[in-house]
Amino acid sequence: MGYNLDNKIKDTNKNNKNILPYGDTMNDGKVQLSFTLPVKNDEKGYQAALKTAQNMTLENVMIADSITLEEEFTMYIAYGTLTNGVNYDDIHVEEAVKHTLSKDEIEEKIKLHFDKPIVVVGASTGTDAHTVGIDAIMNMKGFAGHYGLERYKGIDTYNLGSQVENEDLVQFAKDKNADVLLISQTVTQKDVHIKNLIHLIELLEAEQMRKDFLVIIGGARITGSLAKELGFDAGFGPKKFAEDVATFFVEELINQKSIKNQ
Amino acid sequence: MSKLGLSQDKINQARQEAKIVADHTQAFIDKHTTDSVERTIVRLLGVDGINEFDIPIPNLVVDFLKHHHDPSIGIAQMLAYYIKKHNTTLDDIVAKITKETLPPQTIEPLSKEEVKKQLFPYYEKQMKAIVAQRATRDKFKQMHKLDRPMLYVIVATGNIYEDVTQAKAAAKQGADVIAVIRTTGQSLLDYVPYGPTTEGFGGTYATQENFRIMRKALDEVSIQEQRYIHLVNYASGLCMPEIAAMGAIERLDMMLNDSLYGILFRDINMERTFIDQYFSRVISAYASITINTGEDNYLTTSDALQEAHTVLASQFINEQFALRAKMPPHLMGLGHAFEIDPTIEDGFLYEYAQALMAREIFPEAPLKYMPPTKHMTGDIFKGYAQNTLFNIITSTTNQSIHLLGMLTEAVHTPFMSDRYLAIENAKMINQTMKHFGDEITFKKDGKIQSRAQNVLHDAHKLIKDINKDGLFDSLSKGVFAGIKRKKDGGKGRLGVYQKDPSYANPIIDDMLDSLKEVN
Repeated sequence: MGYNLDNKIKDTNKNNKNILPYGDTMNDGKVQLSFTLPVKNDEKGYQAALKTAQNMTLENVMIADSITLEEEFTMYIAYGTLTNGVNYDDIHVEEAVKHTLSKDEIEEKIKLHFDKPIVVVGASTGTDAHTVGIDAIMNMKGFAGHYGLERYKGIDTYNLGSQVENEDLVQFAKDKNADVLLISQTVTQKDVHIKNLIHLIELLEAEQMRKDFLVIIGGARITGSLAKELGFDAGFGPKKFAEDVATFFVEELINQKSIKNQ
Repeated sequence: MSKLGLSQDKINQARQEAKIVADHTQAFIDKHTTDSVERTIVRLLGVDGINEFDIPIPNLVVDFLKHHHDPSIGIAQMLAYYIKKHNTTLDDIVAKITKETLPPQTIEPLSKEEVKKQLFPYYEKQMKAIVAQRATRDKFKQMHKLDRPMLYVIVATGNIYEDVTQAKAAAKQGADVIAVIRTTGQSLLDYVPYGPTTEGFGGTYATQENFRIMRKALDEVSIQEQRYIHLVNYASGLCMPEIAAMGAIERLDMMLNDSLYGILFRDINMERTFIDQYFSRVISAYASITINTGEDNYLTTSDALQEAHTVLASQFINEQFALRAKMPPHLMGLGHAFEIDPTIEDGFLYEYAQALMAREIFPEAPLKYMPPTKHMTGDIFKGYAQNTLFNIITSTTNQSIHLLGMLTEAVHTPFMSDRYLAIENAKMINQTMKHFGDEITFKKDGKIQSRAQNVLHDAHKLIKDINKDGLFDSLSKGVFAGIKRKKDGGKGRLGVYQKDPSYANPIIDDMLDSLKEVN
């Protein structure tokens, strides 16, 4: 066992047309992973694990360890080499916000462009019981040293908490004359969050209210591209804070105002 | 002797203040009943099942009381009256209510003795079944005596049969406690679903049949492993006491049971849930079921460093509520958590202080210690390290119920392998650091001692403040978790009734009598 030293890497220059995982040498393509198979921890199971890794197009597969979880379940720790890289230059990303403004800058912009507070309604919707995400963006304290929207001058926030039905959220937003809806989906099972998000957009369109609000989603598994695909105005994944979200909606609301005024 | 230099006087004072908080609330509880309390009485009389529209029979029976009579007399009074008047059986009356063939009559209340006389033959059976389950548990526990924290993992597939597969695997890997997480939203249902279920989101419905299926599977593993595997569910939400009764009958071993949690995190009406909690704790005490309280959750919204004293204050209050339900301290699984931001200097020391402080202040309580969740990021490698730090404190401060942290917290519900890795980590710490806690003492007035003393001081002050305003008004000011709840707000408020002088609940009376003898 061990890395296959005979398999020399031909070209150790970084190539943006063919980016490969990096172990300890450029272009070595080394990957580590673990998975569990519902099989016995024996020679046959080992072969099944090798083939599983090969199915992922890994070469020079090494099974570093096989661990019995239960009689018929074995966890494997595997290493292997990828040779098929990605063309990095071809990748284009939906960035909702190019330059994130600071809290002070955002407050200044609001003061300059709006004569009444921006109303933001947020919730963790559907079956999701987690409020960590929405709290991190909205609550006074915020997260990791980034204050939440509640602390911003010129923004009125309503955090409805968790397990809020889409219908209730829309009704509340209508009653409060909201400008922005923030939807959080933290932990989900079997992609139930996608169904729930699609339902919200359908509901807004059915009520002919889609254009009344900026609708923004956030959560651990949310990306900007996913948000656009589902019909939202923007999506924010991990490591995004209140400033990122506020920069987006403040600038977008200003844009919309200037379009209306033309 | 306190390793943390905690003043016993200060602890006694805090306890005394908490006692007053609980006494005031209890005075309110004693005067009221709820829909769920009444349905629990129906269940403990042995009534179960659903009608053709899937409505549970206990709901139909209590609805009959509400539609045709004054609910303040209570369901026991109504059923006893009809049984006596028609000179028939409970089954006959329930069948007529279900088929809508019972003509409502004006009830002339019976004496409490007469109510008890009419209903005793029915509830005696369930009471005996609960006592028998208690004996079975005691016998199982003889197999293997634990001298370390109980390893507690969750299963949450949504399908009870899949849950069984996962639970058995976890038990064989070394888990002592299996919690079947409930489907999201069940806490807000004003009825308990019926039968085996295979569809749930983020968890599985709590039904009596699901309890039975999982209990049977875990009993099998217990015998194979020669080690008792404990089963946990949630006596919480709008059906709190009903689920406590189901759990008592089906031999669950622990129940999440904390009305403060429901008020704050599920927006359940505070009057409703304190009344419900009282009956559910009496039932759990009678069934020798350990409760788990939810203080750990405060730190998911509040900062663990700033708000540590709110956890301790709530533990003091929860202890007093449990005592009022005649629950002995060895069943009070008071909750707390390891949630300090891992970037804070000396964060580990403050966590150590908090955990050992809880251990010293509640020496007999089977403390429930929760792993990091708020600062878990999806970096599973860092997460595994955070869990190791948490495991060290759990093991060396002798916490009792050790919720195992999953390296994939914040990513997805646990894989089978995640649970395995968590158990292995805890086992390694328990083994390699077994007597570490006995070996160390702390510098006088050092960081750890000072931290514990300060938290106790602040907790005492907070309970005093709560006393000034009363618990209900304090909750409306946001004393816990920074969440404000109104006394007349929240779900389930309409199902609260002031008791009529003729109100009777012979089951709770009998349970309390029997608990008085024990304690």
